[in-house]
Amino acid sequence: MNEAVQTLPTEALLQALFVFVLAAFVGYEVVSKVPTMLHTPLMSGANAVHGVIVVGAMLVAASAEGPLRIVLALLGVILGTINVVGGFVVTDRMLEMFKRRPDAKS
Amino acid sequence: MSVLDIVTFFVYLVGSITFILGLKFLSSPVSARRGNRLAATGMAIVVGWVFITEFLLRSGGLSTVWILAVGIPIGALVGAVGARRVPMTAMPQMVAIFNGAGGGAAALVAAAEFLRDAHTCPGGPTSHCVLVAIPLLPVTFMVATLLGAVIGSVSFTGSIIAFGKLQGIVSGRPVTYPGDKIVTGLVLAGILVLGVVLTLVTNSVPLFLLFVALALVLGVAAVMPIGGADMPVVVSLLNAYTGIAVAATGFVLNNYALLVAGTLVGASGTILTQLMCRAMNRSIFNVLFGAFGTAGGGAAAGPAGDQNVREINAEDAAVLMAYGKKVIIVPGYGMAVAQAQQAVRELMDLLIAKGVDVEFAIHPVAGRMPGHMNVLLAEANVPYDRLKEMDEINDDFQNASVALVIGANDVTNPAARTDTSSPIYGMPILNVDQAEHVIVLKRSMASGFAGIDNPLYADPKTTMLFGDAKKSVEALVTGVKAA
Repeated sequence: MNEAVQTLPTEALLQALFVFVLAAFVGYEVVSKVPTMLHTPLMSGANAVHGVIVVGAMLVAASAEGPLRIVLALLGVILGTINVVGGFVVTDRMLEMFKRRPDAKS
Repeated sequence: MSVLDIVTFFVYLVGSITFILGLKFLSSPVSARRGNRLAATGMAIVVGWVFITEFLLRSGGLSTVWILAVGIPIGALVGAVGARRVPMTAMPQMVAIFNGAGGGAAALVAAAEFLRDAHTCPGGPTSHCVLVAIPLLPVTFMVATLLGAVIGSVSFTGSIIAFGKLQGIVSGRPVTYPGDKIVTGLVLAGILVLGVVLTLVTNSVPLFLLFVALALVLGVAAVMPIGGADMPVVVSLLNAYTGIAVAATGFVLNNYALLVAGTLVGASGTILTQLMCRAMNRSIFNVLFGAFGTAGGGAAAGPAGDQNVREINAEDAAVLMAYGKKVIIVPGYGMAVAQAQQAVRELMDLLIAKGVDVEFAIHPVAGRMPGHMNVLLAEANVPYDRLKEMDEINDDFQNASVALVIGANDVTNPAARTDTSSPIYGMPILNVDQAEHVIVLKRSMASGFAGIDNPLYADPKTTMLFGDAKKSVEALVTGVKAA
């Protein structure tokens, strides 16, 4: 009954916290100098990256038992896939516009 | 740790690196497309590996593989078709809807994890059960789960409302009613209280469902009072929220791929939101709670209003431009809606052939998203070097014979410079009114997205050319050819 509880002992939590803080700094640094014209594609690309939630939904699906959790897992997989597939495709379509003039100012 | 676990660890590491490099490459036009594809490849590797380890190699994994067999094709079809079919003008709302899907997925994952581990009361969910000593779930697990559920839910409904506002299904005007802030505050307080109770007193399932329901309401209540003009900022902020919700589920599942990707987006999305706010010279607080444009909005929508404006026909406007020295084109959402960008490019080519210097002045928030105009004009093959950002070109308007405003309104409103009572006072604008002539292409005298009057139109040197932007620009093209 307490399985999930045991997957989060203090050590694992502290390590996760460590990674979380470092990742936050990386995220901050990576986008701090972006030309205005790339704001929309960048937002859209970041949107696609958080589509990684589909992995979370897959993990839930892998151990889903009972109708309620199965429904939640199924909806999670559908929504997560929409996020990740739609996100990357729409970003690629936006960026298609930029490919013709690679010598453009940045 | 089995060999498989070690490989999983490295797969997540590779995935995280592609996400970081992907975002990094997305910050430069030269490498942006590569960046997006790199991140997509990393994502595919992570998803593929999780599929192999959790479903194919794990005993019993095949029993639930049908969930993926059903869910992934549906999601992929909806996402891909939506992303391909959407016209360029509707990109912002598409991003909003994809973001909402991600937020919803994060909330569902958090809910599923909670429901697996919550101790349901043997005698039914009644209050006497609370008194029976049932071991509570660990505080850290509950905090992460509740954060994932609440932020994901807010992002889900908030994104849907943002989509509705951008799409025109929901009123683009700020929707407010007396006491709305109190109601929103009460909902927020309810969420906080329930969160504390769920963490420290009881892991009650009904209370958790109420908690999620309130979060869904909060998403609606928080976005409804915000005007359509601010939706890009809201979408960007909700994007960051979804990232944080995903990071929270990463804590819940102790999964580093979710943790790193979610945190990256949460942090970068927050910075991006700040950059957008700075471009409008407003604080994020002001955007979220300012209920922009409510003051004096009602009367502004009628044709011609009470402003005295002068009309011009396309032939005269074309002559003004064709014999001018310099023409600065100011595109806005009207150009995007009318799909006029090709006609605009043609107009530019003709004017250049006649020896007129043509440049485009791009306001940071012109259109519905930063960079919206750049994307559209690039699509129409307008060279980058003719697109000037606001700071670059603002001093040039005084040398321009004609400033041609195509479907832009609020970003040209001089009230932002002079009228301290204007809701957009202090927002940096394009100094269109310093040009020798100002020609405004506009569908009608309806006010802009911010819902406020634009004194530019009453300026004696301003003339208006009413009609659909594409038809008007085509008429200008014909006129310039004849001139």
